[in-house]
Amino acid sequence: MSLLSDLSHQLSEAEVNGHQFNCLPIQGEQEVLRVEVSGLEEIPIFVTVTSTQILCISYLFTQQEIVTEKEAELNRYLLELNVPMPLSSFALVDEHYVIFGALSCGSKFESITQELIALATNSIETLQALEEFIK
Amino acid sequence: MTNIVEKLLTAIRGGARELGEAVVDTQSMRIFEQEIRDSKNGVAEAKEGLTEIVARKMAVDRKLNQLKEDISENESYALKALEKKDEALALEIADKVAKLEIENNELKQEALTYEQQITLLKGEIKRADKTIAEHERELLMVKTRESVQQATQSVTQSVTMNQSSIGTARESLERIKQKQQKEQDKFDAGVQLQKEMQDDSLDEKLKTAGIIKEKHTAADVLQRLKNSTYQ
Repeated sequence: MSLLSDLSHQLSEAEVNGHQFNCLPIQGEQEVLRVEVSGLEEIPIFVTVTSTQILCISYLFTQQEIVTEKEAELNRYLLELNVPMPLSSFALVDEHYVIFGALSCGSKFESITQELIALATNSIETLQALEEFIK
Repeated sequence: MTNIVEKLLTAIRGGARELGEAVVDTQSMRIFEQEIRDSKNGVAEAKEGLTEIVARKMAVDRKLNQLKEDISENESYALKALEKKDEALALEIADKVAKLEIENNELKQEALTYEQQITLLKGEIKRADKTIAEHERELLMVKTRESVQQATQSVTQSVTMNQSSIGTARESLERIKQKQQKEQDKFDAGVQLQKEMQDDSLDEKLKTAGIIKEKHTAADVLQRLKNSTYQ
């Protein structure tokens, strides 16, 4: 996927609102780019490019990390949070709770960096807001 | 045609999550794609057919206009023949008008048939276009789900392989807290420093103005020494 390696190059040289992007490409059946947004590096973002979209995913926690008796409450809470949260959404990938944003493949570079910063910010704020649910 | 979205949901419920386990098998995807292509060809043919019928109707309309003119022209001839009391000529012209009117009625019927065909075809094309758009959207959904599944699988694989580099949510939380504490400390220190500097400059001004005195001067020391000596 040349789009992803192009993106990796562009990101490595970019600085947006004081944030830099530390990129690490991961080879595999489908190429994945691991991005750390400086100042928000605690939760990395994984970027993949598919035929229709650029997918940015952050892994929040696994099902095993949730306080068992609070799982239903957490799920409800996440559903309620989904719409008001700017630009990102919650989802389950296997047993991983993730937060993600999807962009069109034709997105401008500025939109992608905005998405990455928003996602990293949302991830960190979400993790802090949900602390009581985590073991 | 089976509802693809329903298939998707069933697949998700059934837990078809393993890599390589396609939600909708490639064969039925190919069939689906072929069906969309066939429908598109069908619509293209229907549109061509429509163009032809519209053209035919236009020709008939032209003919009808011509007939109308011919009829009124011949009617006026017949009236003129009657004015000249030429019954035989008038009858001959009337016969022609009658023939024209029969042709006119036939053509009118033909135009009406074309009109109906056009309405029917337009409706069918519209319906087919809508169905094709729906099917293409469904196909896109299936393909997107396929590629998203592949993408998330790859990400999950790299996450689980590098679990140590990401750590648990609890560890991330602690790191976030530590960083925020550090930032808070830095901020507090900055505020403190700022305050001290402001205090200092105020002191300086007060001293310059002679409002407050230096607390500890040579004169103070000398005075103290003198006091202790002469007591």
